[in-house]
Amino acid sequence: MGWSVVTRVQLVTRKRRGFRKAASPYLLIGPGGIWLIVFFLVPLFFMASVSLQTGDLFQGFRNTWHFANYTDAITTYHTQFIRSIVFGTIATVATLVVSYPLAYWIAFRGGRYKTTLLFIMLLPFFVSFVIRTLAWQFILSDNGIILGTLKSWHLLPQNFHVLATPVAVISGIAYNFLPFMALPIYVALERVDRTVVEAARDLYASNRRVFTKVILPLSIPGVFAGVLLTFVPAVGDYLNAQILGGTNTFMIGNIIQDQYLVQFHYPTAAALSFILMIALVIGIVLYARVLGTRQIEEYV
Amino acid sequence: MTQRNQPPDRPIIDPALLRGLTQRRISRRDMFRYTGMGLAGAGLASFLAACGVKGSGGPPSVNASDLSAIYGDGKPSGQLNFANWPDYIDVDSSGNSPSLAKFTKDTGIKVKYTTPINDNDPFLAKIIPVLQNGQDTGYDLIVITNGGPVDRMIKLGFLTPLDHKYLPNWQKNADPKTTNPNYDPGNKFTVVWQSGFTGIGYNSKVIKTPPTSFGDLLDPKYKGKVGMFSNDQDMPCPAINYTGVDPNTATPDQWKTAAQNVIKARDDGIIRSFYDQSYINALENGDIVITQAWSGDIFIASQSKANGGDGFPEMKFVFPKEGPIYWHDNMCIPLHAQHPVDAITYMNFVYQPEVAGMMADFIWYVSPVPAAQQYVSNTLKDQAVADSPLVFPTPQDLAQAKQYKFFKSQAEQDEWDGVWSPVYSS
Repeated sequence: MGWSVVTRVQLVTRKRRGFRKAASPYLLIGPGGIWLIVFFLVPLFFMASVSLQTGDLFQGFRNTWHFANYTDAITTYHTQFIRSIVFGTIATVATLVVSYPLAYWIAFRGGRYKTTLLFIMLLPFFVSFVIRTLAWQFILSDNGIILGTLKSWHLLPQNFHVLATPVAVISGIAYNFLPFMALPIYVALERVDRTVVEAARDLYASNRRVFTKVILPLSIPGVFAGVLLTFVPAVGDYLNAQILGGTNTFMIGNIIQDQYLVQFHYPTAAALSFILMIALVIGIVLYARVLGTRQIEEYV
Repeated sequence: MTQRNQPPDRPIIDPALLRGLTQRRISRRDMFRYTGMGLAGAGLASFLAACGVKGSGGPPSVNASDLSAIYGDGKPSGQLNFANWPDYIDVDSSGNSPSLAKFTKDTGIKVKYTTPINDNDPFLAKIIPVLQNGQDTGYDLIVITNGGPVDRMIKLGFLTPLDHKYLPNWQKNADPKTTNPNYDPGNKFTVVWQSGFTGIGYNSKVIKTPPTSFGDLLDPKYKGKVGMFSNDQDMPCPAINYTGVDPNTATPDQWKTAAQNVIKARDDGIIRSFYDQSYINALENGDIVITQAWSGDIFIASQSKANGGDGFPEMKFVFPKEGPIYWHDNMCIPLHAQHPVDAITYMNFVYQPEVAGMMADFIWYVSPVPAAQQYVSNTLKDQAVADSPLVFPTPQDLAQAKQYKFFKSQAEQDEWDGVWSPVYSS
């Protein structure tokens, strides 16, 4: 009998070990997976349901598969949709134009001050988003320290203003999302193998050719990540339009906020959120096709 | 870099696609999996159909037995949780409220005073889901504006009815102009905390001839320097009133005509922005020179810093000749409140002329207790407040004033918002 007990014990431990081995990937996924289900999938399904409901606060909202919520939302708010995408695109391009040279300079010329320079770049972002934007509202006000001074020197017409214009909103977005663009580009540039650059120079490549043929292609993954990290939140942003904007500068985020919190039209707001999400996903897929994740793998 | 070197005429085929084209699409095992997913999908669809947002059914009818169930024997519990707007109560130099201290001294009720209400709708958006779940909001007393927000709470049945036998001071001292309002006939659920006017605020350093009407806000000579409100009462009502119609009797076509005036001024760049409470900063720092304004804000802006104001004496407020808009902030008790007796005791407390005077001297909006004027004038000796038509309006001012639009139904409010929301949410 002792014999069979021993085997059984061995069998059990082996089984257990086998179970552990089989379960370990699921256990590892566990926390992240549960987080994703509870905080992403469940709310997403709930929103999908709300976007198809009809009703009001008094009668309650019931799911009636009312797909007209979507068409109504588009016909009423297409102006703000298009504006959000235009503002988001311009802001992303502006951020890219500013970030790339900045990241390049820090990565290649920063030397031993790299960390300090990065820290300086990030320093403003230790202050809350809202406070920073409000500070711009203060700085750019019509009689503020910049415009007021220029006006008193008669360099600007008296009725000139920056606030409450699309320029103010786009600049605000570009400013607020700068690190999301600059950091990934910096990381990509930092990873560029310096010996490759050296090799290009040894082969008599001009400075420009070194940049266009070696450095730029190798930094594309950073640009790709930076554009995604900037564009997606930029299109959905509402704070800059609210604080720095004026008439005819509302973005889709402002409309969604208004529909949820002021008008209590939950279905319209949910439908708008879904349209925004779908539009962004389509845009990103197209973008990934063009700048290609495959191509990126190729470069890396 | 290998793919780069392939001849260009040979298309690159994704290996995954190739596999898909050449191999059996769905294996038996996959088949089971897809069936499972299909079932899950069907389950999801029914889940989607099932998750609605509950309605409330409507206001409870009030009768005597309900009231005695709510207020019991009328003994306060000794605790009051009061949610108010910022800067909306008297405060001494050390930041305490003398009137609240007096309340605690007189009644023994301790007050937990908080100011979570910055705007009606976002605050209601926070408490309505709690009330829909049948839970206590944690507040015994809240202050909510008419013209939608308080009406909504009443219609939803989310307010505790008031027993007038606990409100003798209100019955004796309340301004009759503030009682029995259209949004709460018979004051079943609310009594007024303070009222105010929506009129025109301007910077008299820049604008030498005082504006006289809402039409001045549409004047091209102030291009880019005009502010308006971004809510569905303070912007629309004056705009309708300007066309010569009372906002409460105007027809939807008249709403649209009035909206056209504003839309034109907006698209011509005359209106700089539609503001929430931040209009007062924009006016003070010169971004705008003329704006729709709330009476109390302009009064505070114009007073010297020593007197508790913002120190901009050039800020002036005028009633437009077509009449200002008169609105009311109301005290009410949310449903399921833990300390309703303490709340109604407080409501009664503030309707004493002395207490109303203490508060009027600080808040500078319109006190619902006319007798407070004597207290401010004779006891506090603050003539600036006692003589101000913005705190104690004259009967002529009140005769001209129009009330916020009262919505008879949700459908009417939706139609109204359909006209006005696109004007200021642009």
